[in-house]
Amino acid sequence: MNQPTTRRALVGAFAAAALLGAGPALAQQYPARPITVIVPFAAGGPTDVLARIVTQRMSRSLGQTMVVENVGGAGGTIGVVRGARAAPDGYTLTVGHLGTHVSNIALYRRLQYDPQTDFEPIAPLGVNPMILVAKRGAPATVPEFLAHVRANQERLSYGHAGIGSASHTAALMFHAATGTKVQDVAYRGTGPAMNDLVAGQFDYMIDQALNVLQQVQGGTVLGIAVTTPERLPQVPNLPTLAESGLTGFDVAIWNTLFAPKGTPQPILERLNAAAAEAMADPAIRTRLTELAVQIPSEAELKLGAFKARHAADVARWVPVIRAAGATAE
Amino acid sequence: MDIFANLLHGFAIAASPLNLFFCLIGALLGTLIGVLPGIGPVATIAMLLPITFNLEPVSALIMLAGIFYGAQYGGSTTAILVNMPGEASSVVTAIDGYQMARRGRAGPALAIAAIGSFIAGSFATILVAVLGAPLTRAAQQFGPAEYFSLMVLGLIAAIVLASGSVIKAIGMVFLGLLLGTVGTDIETGQERMTFGIPELSDGIGFVTIAMGVFGIAEILKNLEQTLSRTVLNQKITGLMPTLRDMKEAAPAIARGTVLGSILGVLPGGGATLSAFAAYSLEKKVSKNKAEFGRGAIAGVAAPESANNAGAQTSFIPLLTLGIPPNAVMALMVGALTIHGITPGPQVMTKQPDLFWGLIASMWIGNVMLVIINLPLVGLWVKLLQVPYRLLFPAILLFCGIGVYSLNNSAFDIFAVAAFGLFGYVLLKFGFEGAPLLLGFVLSPLLEENLRRALRLSRGDPWVFLERPISATLLAVCVLLLVIVLLPSIRSKREEVFKEE
Repeated sequence: MNQPTTRRALVGAFAAAALLGAGPALAQQYPARPITVIVPFAAGGPTDVLARIVTQRMSRSLGQTMVVENVGGAGGTIGVVRGARAAPDGYTLTVGHLGTHVSNIALYRRLQYDPQTDFEPIAPLGVNPMILVAKRGAPATVPEFLAHVRANQERLSYGHAGIGSASHTAALMFHAATGTKVQDVAYRGTGPAMNDLVAGQFDYMIDQALNVLQQVQGGTVLGIAVTTPERLPQVPNLPTLAESGLTGFDVAIWNTLFAPKGTPQPILERLNAAAAEAMADPAIRTRLTELAVQIPSEAELKLGAFKARHAADVARWVPVIRAAGATAE
Repeated sequence: MDIFANLLHGFAIAASPLNLFFCLIGALLGTLIGVLPGIGPVATIAMLLPITFNLEPVSALIMLAGIFYGAQYGGSTTAILVNMPGEASSVVTAIDGYQMARRGRAGPALAIAAIGSFIAGSFATILVAVLGAPLTRAAQQFGPAEYFSLMVLGLIAAIVLASGSVIKAIGMVFLGLLLGTVGTDIETGQERMTFGIPELSDGIGFVTIAMGVFGIAEILKNLEQTLSRTVLNQKITGLMPTLRDMKEAAPAIARGTVLGSILGVLPGGGATLSAFAAYSLEKKVSKNKAEFGRGAIAGVAAPESANNAGAQTSFIPLLTLGIPPNAVMALMVGALTIHGITPGPQVMTKQPDLFWGLIASMWIGNVMLVIINLPLVGLWVKLLQVPYRLLFPAILLFCGIGVYSLNNSAFDIFAVAAFGLFGYVLLKFGFEGAPLLLGFVLSPLLEENLRRALRLSRGDPWVFLERPISATLLAVCVLLLVIVLLPSIRSKREEVFKEE
């Protein structure tokens, strides 16, 4: 590496720190060492894959490696707590999603972090749309399927990847929107749940497009509808729930990069700029599109812009999940 | 046949110098992490994910797969040498393997483990290539009800694992089941027996218990004697198995291979059960039952073959459906996804290079592993001659590093220490660790599938008898119990249970 520059930079940093106080000087030299990015889920999942692709590109603009650390467990709360308590110096960041930063508020009575006040959003990393999939042989059109669910609530079962998981959250919202109550069956992760859906053990589930697209295209499960307002380019024939009777239905797993509260503004700006640069890179855009990820717009990428969306989602979904009576702990 | 053309195509891909290189790297790394207690394939593959960004997807997958089955080979090494099983599959290997080592036969034990694994791996690879699709359909018949019944059968057969008291074995199985319930309940999210400790919210780690109850407890026991002694009781006699050893081990390898191949196809619990099942079966059919638990070579050959066969066939759901059956393979899917390939049911037709290249590389990897492992046997056995006062602190150090690396948490180190003390107490009172660990591993599978099956049937318990496979499995359970309980064949039972 470039030794003299680093040394000069360090000397400069110390001098500046002595003169001006540490905050702004550190921000100027930021980042001086590798940045840890906590992904509160197992490696290999949709959030992890997304985080790795984007942070790898961000590393290039920042001139420092961003190291993804998977701290899974307890609906993502273990990793998020660690991220919330990290020093607000920009060297420990957290990737949160709709589950960890919205539905957990409703699911955990004693959540050890406040998703809104313990964190400062840096930039949204992309939205994973979801698809309602059913076992083969189920009614294929949305109106038929919805009628089927409404008529057979007592007999049907849906699967999900565990309390607080993306698939659980989405299903709670779907049932709230349709006014139905259906028996759930919990699995440890998306893989085992999909395995049993392919085998026809339960009736349907809602999971991230990335996890289910191949199965839908391969015909092992039946794609019913998309949960976002727009159809997906990968499966243009699949209608959206919103256009098929559930007006306004919009559930997608947003993933956002957060810093602990109190992180200096210049550091947030630097990270936000790096994220925006990554999102503008055509190579990254192609890759994310291949994975059915919806890329945030320039307006959504503005520093702080995410707060409004976050607040809106909390206001919208927390009461819904509470009303559904689901809790963890 | 099409398959031969496809396999040739696969070999052409896997045998390219670059892919051979990555296969070797994977096999070497796998062996290394298998030997280091605690550090498993999941942690290693997670650490290596960023490196795979810059590789061709096929090369990346070949390397990661190499790590996975390399760890299966390496895991048995510590089980045999120092009674430290690194993963569920090598728990059983430790029973007779460690006893062989103590009798100066660590060489043959390690060698037969490598040879058995190779034969099993080769057979299972062919099975994956030829019967992948029909086996998937068969495995799809296994729903929650079938899994539950299979686990019941596994537990009943497990009692046979005990070489001492049956009552004590049953006690250990139940204690294992109980320990397995610690953590967050997946249906309700309720925390059970965690005492508010966040580290327990995802349950106790398998490695934590295995390392404590087997490895640390054994060290404590050894330290009762003077420090000058080594693990060995007797002089080392030969590094390679004799002809007699091979004759004894051959049928065990064959049975272990078949059993492991079948059980490996079942996602989730299958591969875990295979080593235990193979050991129980071997013990039942063996002519020298008295040898089991004291260093029977068949007791090493059978579970080692079974776990390697299971490791290979557990790729079937991933290759035919694109559904990862365990955490390691979920990581492999992640690695592919980062490359823009999401495996699915069409992976065979859409990505033939990937599919057949991986299958061919499995066999090549197995060849490499035998070549790596057999010469290492001499080296490992030499390690046993290191004075114990130097060896045991090193083992403890590696255990500490390994277990810390699981979750980057110091809590786990204390937990291992606690289980070590507990294991020592168990040893003193003549309780065995293997049934405890089997109960622990099967506990979540048993409970979750029972509840899943009952949820799906709306609480109707007849579901276990209405489904033919489940009913058959339960019938076998009943049959086993009847054999055990009928007075007329009581003498037979004595033979099964009491080998003293």
